[in-house]
Amino acid sequence: MTALPDHTDRKLGLVIDLDTCVGCHACVVSCKGWNTQSQDSPLSDQDPYGADPTGTFLNRVHSFEVTPEQGPPQLVHFPRSCLHCEDAPCVAVCPTGASYKRTEDGIVLVNESDCIGCGLCAWACPYGAREMDAAEGVMKKCTLCVDRIYNDNLPEEDRTPACVRTCPSNARHFGDLGDPESEVSQLVAERGGMDLMPEQGTKPVNKYLPPRPRDAWEGETDVLAPYLEPVAEEPRGLLGWIDRTLGKL
Amino acid sequence: MHAAPSLVFFTTLSGLGLGLLTWLGIDPTPPTGWVALVFFALGHGLTLAGLGASALHLRRPERALKAFTQWRTSWLSREAWASAAALGVMGLHGLLLMLGVVVLPLGWLGAALALVTVGTTSMIYAQLRTVPRWHHWTTPALFLWLSLTGGALLAGRAGVALGMLPLAGALQLYTWWDGDGRFARAGTSLETATGLENASRPLFPPHTGSNYVMREMAGTVARRHVTKLRAIALFLMAILPVALPLPLPHVLGVLALVSHVAGVLVSRWLFFAEAEHVVSLYYGRR
Repeated sequence: MTALPDHTDRKLGLVIDLDTCVGCHACVVSCKGWNTQSQDSPLSDQDPYGADPTGTFLNRVHSFEVTPEQGPPQLVHFPRSCLHCEDAPCVAVCPTGASYKRTEDGIVLVNESDCIGCGLCAWACPYGAREMDAAEGVMKKCTLCVDRIYNDNLPEEDRTPACVRTCPSNARHFGDLGDPESEVSQLVAERGGMDLMPEQGTKPVNKYLPPRPRDAWEGETDVLAPYLEPVAEEPRGLLGWIDRTLGKL
Repeated sequence: MHAAPSLVFFTTLSGLGLGLLTWLGIDPTPPTGWVALVFFALGHGLTLAGLGASALHLRRPERALKAFTQWRTSWLSREAWASAAALGVMGLHGLLLMLGVVVLPLGWLGAALALVTVGTTSMIYAQLRTVPRWHHWTTPALFLWLSLTGGALLAGRAGVALGMLPLAGALQLYTWWDGDGRFARAGTSLETATGLENASRPLFPPHTGSNYVMREMAGTVARRHVTKLRAIALFLMAILPVALPLPLPHVLGVLALVSHVAGVLVSRWLFFAEAEHVVSLYYGRR
């Protein structure tokens, strides 16, 4: 069971747009909300209202600073979750067969009743996508909301992962990345979608769209800007004297 | 990486026990009777104590038997099989020796299985590309060499041990020296982790508290004492045991063994504590 399939019929996954993500963490909350009640056991919290709260989440949003050679520094919000890799290292290391990658759609899942909680899969994952649940003692990870996307009891528009459904800035997209005609594949081709840590050889299915080029310092100054030029470049008067005297020392 | 005491003790003790069993297995004139009982009980006891310690690391130890199922792909599963086979064969060998029956090929098979077990343990760590310091031939080499060296000390083969100890020290030094630059050479950086050109630093973490990934893989433990700890490990593991006067009477032999094992424990603690996981880049906590 822990052998990776040679090929999967489809490659279901997410495309995350780092250009439009506003870092609101709504995907984090909706993911926790859905998956705490739909999986075999809840995503537990420890000391949730105390001094040192901690808990299991399948999706976390970081914020990084980018300092381009030209132009102002930028803030990029960065959601991080399971990438459902084609060569998922977490699956091959599992000693019990609890971790597996589905042949039909490529989703990487954990069978909780087989998990011994050794934690080796979390070590093998470069992306920190797996978290051991402290209450249940088994490994938790993104299921791509496998219980939503095929769920005929839900209205059709809800048959996407909870994070995608809830994203208010449309920064998350779900689809078959194995089909070059699919909307997500088109998006990746158009925007130059990228792999995270390609040197790790995991071949992630999920792709990230880079931020579009931003405004530069030069070229777009307002017509009134010259009036805002600094008036005195060199200090004068007493300050100038101190400056000159100190300069001579 | 978090240096779980269960893993530090598991790898050290079972390595020592399996090293002893290896030397017992290839002994052309193995001990028999009560002496055999003592030696084999020691080898099996240490190995089982180590395996017991590793079971403490599991959050669901009641399902541990499921770990025998995936030997085709998983080094952890292979380790389960190898340790069971090594302990079984060497147990039979020891039992026969106690009864005075010497079947040398059985010992050879057991010795090979004991070494294979140590090899599988080391491969659990060496296979992880996510931890560049471990993803290298020095991991199995050091695990195997330390296991054989400690086993030789424990088996009372002072001459062999004295010959192996300096090499163990040299191998340990090389492992540290080469390992220090391996994260940089692996080429994983905040830029490849985020795909963002000119990504300079993590600005806001996802949450103000801690989480499993941070505790397990992005911890920064007492690294400022690394040089001192390395010196202590090297001194206890490889220098002090050699410096004790020859020929080693029993008391000094025990002293050499205790010193060596203490050194290996420190070295093994550093093996975990110094290892940097690539996921720590996201948290800026290498």
